[in-house]
Amino acid sequence: MYLLLIFLPFLGFIVSISLGRYLSTRGSALVTCSLMLISFFLSVISFFEVGLSRCPVYIKLFPWIDCEMFDASWGFMFDSLTVIMCFVVTSISTLVHLYSTGYMSHDPHQPRFMSFLSLFTFFMLMLITSDNFLQLFFGWEGVGLCSYLLINFWFTRLQANKSAIKAMVVNRIGDFGLAIAIFAIFLVFKSVDFSIVFALVFYFVNFKICFLEYSFSSIDLISFLLFVGAVGKSAQLILHTWLPDAMEGPTPVSALIHAATMVTAGVFLVVRCSPIYEYSPNTLFFITIVGAITAFFSASVGVFQNDLKKIIAYSTCSQLGYMIFACGLSSYSVSMFHVFNHAYFKALLFLSAGSVIHALSDEQDIRRMGGLLHILPFTYVMILIGSLALMGFPFLAGFYSKDVILELAYSKYNFLGTFSYWLGCFSASITAFYSFKLIYNTFLANQNSFKKSVEKAHDAPFALALPLCILGLFSIFVGFLTKDMFIGLGTPFWNNSILVLPEHLNLIDCEFIPVYIKWIPLFFSLAGASLSMLLYFVFSRFLYKIYVNVFFLNFVYAFFNKKWFFDRLQNELIVSPLLKMGYNTTYKIIDKGIIEFFGPSGITKMTLNLSKQVSISQSGKINQYAFLIFVLLMVCISFSLFLIIFDKFIDLELIVLMLLSISFNAVLKR
Amino acid sequence: MLIDLCKFLLVAVSLFFIGLCGIMLNRKNIILMLMSIELMLLAVNLNFIIFSVFLDDIIGQIFALFVLTVAAAESAIGLAILVVYYRIRSTVSIEYINLLKN
Repeated sequence: MYLLLIFLPFLGFIVSISLGRYLSTRGSALVTCSLMLISFFLSVISFFEVGLSRCPVYIKLFPWIDCEMFDASWGFMFDSLTVIMCFVVTSISTLVHLYSTGYMSHDPHQPRFMSFLSLFTFFMLMLITSDNFLQLFFGWEGVGLCSYLLINFWFTRLQANKSAIKAMVVNRIGDFGLAIAIFAIFLVFKSVDFSIVFALVFYFVNFKICFLEYSFSSIDLISFLLFVGAVGKSAQLILHTWLPDAMEGPTPVSALIHAATMVTAGVFLVVRCSPIYEYSPNTLFFITIVGAITAFFSASVGVFQNDLKKIIAYSTCSQLGYMIFACGLSSYSVSMFHVFNHAYFKALLFLSAGSVIHALSDEQDIRRMGGLLHILPFTYVMILIGSLALMGFPFLAGFYSKDVILELAYSKYNFLGTFSYWLGCFSASITAFYSFKLIYNTFLANQNSFKKSVEKAHDAPFALALPLCILGLFSIFVGFLTKDMFIGLGTPFWNNSILVLPEHLNLIDCEFIPVYIKWIPLFFSLAGASLSMLLYFVFSRFLYKIYVNVFFLNFVYAFFNKKWFFDRLQNELIVSPLLKMGYNTTYKIIDKGIIEFFGPSGITKMTLNLSKQVSISQSGKINQYAFLIFVLLMVCISFSLFLIIFDKFIDLELIVLMLLSISFNAVLKR
Repeated sequence: MLIDLCKFLLVAVSLFFIGLCGIMLNRKNIILMLMSIELMLLAVNLNFIIFSVFLDDIIGQIFALFVLTVAAAESAIGLAILVVYYRIRSTVSIEYINLLKN
């Protein structure tokens, strides 16, 4: 059953990609959807068995690489962390599959789309169920591949191609970090198996390894490099640039991959490796800072974006920041809780945004929307639910996890806690601000879209509405229902899959912080929301006047709208020098220079010259030939005698090399 | 009877070298070359026979007979080719036999 849960999506992929042509679009959609549905039911059963009944499952399938001490096998581990991720992945994937049958119904390549979605689900399940780092890396690369394929799904669009390549390349940097981390883990622990590594971490706390000529604490180095992987995948600061651009892909993809599941793989990695992180306070410090800054940064950029999907993408980025800094504060379970809640309401937001885009004939700019409240009432309700859940409105999903994260941050009572608490609160208010800006511009403002597209606009058909409905229900209830299971005091649910050192545990402390501190996030987000409504409803003219008259506001707007110039800085400071170096050094000097000289063209030149020299010696005189034959025979015989005696003292390869160098020398001189 | 291998072999080797020098130094007549080859073959034959006596093994002498036969046939063919060549090119000088070149 557990293997079936993983491999059914793969079966769906195989069937859909190879037989999609014969099955027709409806047939392949039916196959992939039903296989995903079965997989979802299986994951519910596994959730019951592993999560609620607390019976972890370990499956060793067969060896993969078995070389002396290096032993990586195809193995699967189902513990509480895995099944909760399985539940999220399969449920959202099923809904997105269903949604795509409606959303992509006009696309001739629908079987390919469905098969990629299934493949993605397979790789994601592979990532979360693996029991060693190598297999995790396999899944990790697989989801990156699927992300590339799906962003690039409409491959004739230049922008999609660029974004896909950007996503691939930026992710590659993170993957590089992860790969080095795995090497380092093997170097230190002589194993890549989770259970072995995690059991041994404690004994290697003072172990130093040499990296780049510096001596590092091995645990610090490993956890830092793992975090580099997480930064790439979870779009944290510096490597975040791919995520907003990835919105070029079809909307269901954005919902499934770039909001709900794949981007949380980084958080999952950190949570999975909690036994390593717990022994490395330095890295935890770093993680917290990066997470908190990302949360604030992306929220501030999100306000000034005009693309419907990009706004939601930045809010995803910001929520990922929350999850990461929650990890940095050692509250892994809360982080997972936020992953869980966030998956549902963010998928809801994306899918309903997709519904809006679908209704308006692929219009994404919120300045060209407006007044859709009367045309798309159902979608409006769904976006409202999603936004309220996102901004942490009381008793919706986001409220339970986000507020706990902030309270935990405050109850650390140190620089880190205060820093991340206030940044988190500000970003919460900004989140509320742009959520309501989005709602206002899309649904409440005056009609701004083209008449043609409004005439054809219609509310979500059944295939789009059903997933929205289910996700809406989830977004409302899931936080309330699962709060005690995830982060209740002393909950037995996690069952050793997460390690928190006793001195880092502060779930109790956060019950004793002042009440007004607990209220601050809520007030901040309500203030942000009402400020946004006030500004846009009442003072929109006034806002415009200020913008036009105060001269430096222009720069401020450009600064935020251009994403703090991160892309530009990266392009001009890193990418273009690298590109230049790639052309001038790597390509011109090495590829076309040295390798070409000693490689193809050098060898052809040498053969030509040598053959010319040889042909000179060809005189056609029989007596000379006889002389040559005799002399060479003599040389051979004497050399063989020589070899018999001095065999042990001579390296034949060296002699061959010497002969080669002599011949090269001959060529060079000519 | 133990023969002095060294002296006998010296004869064979000097014969062989005479033949070899005949091939390498001769530039005029190709018939001389053929004869030199015969001489080398004879030297080899002598070697066979010496060793046959030395090892008390008849096979060496039989093999020498074989070599004689083959050498006779080979020199007959060589002479035939020479005759044909002389008819075509009207020379047997080695200096002008350089058709192998180019």
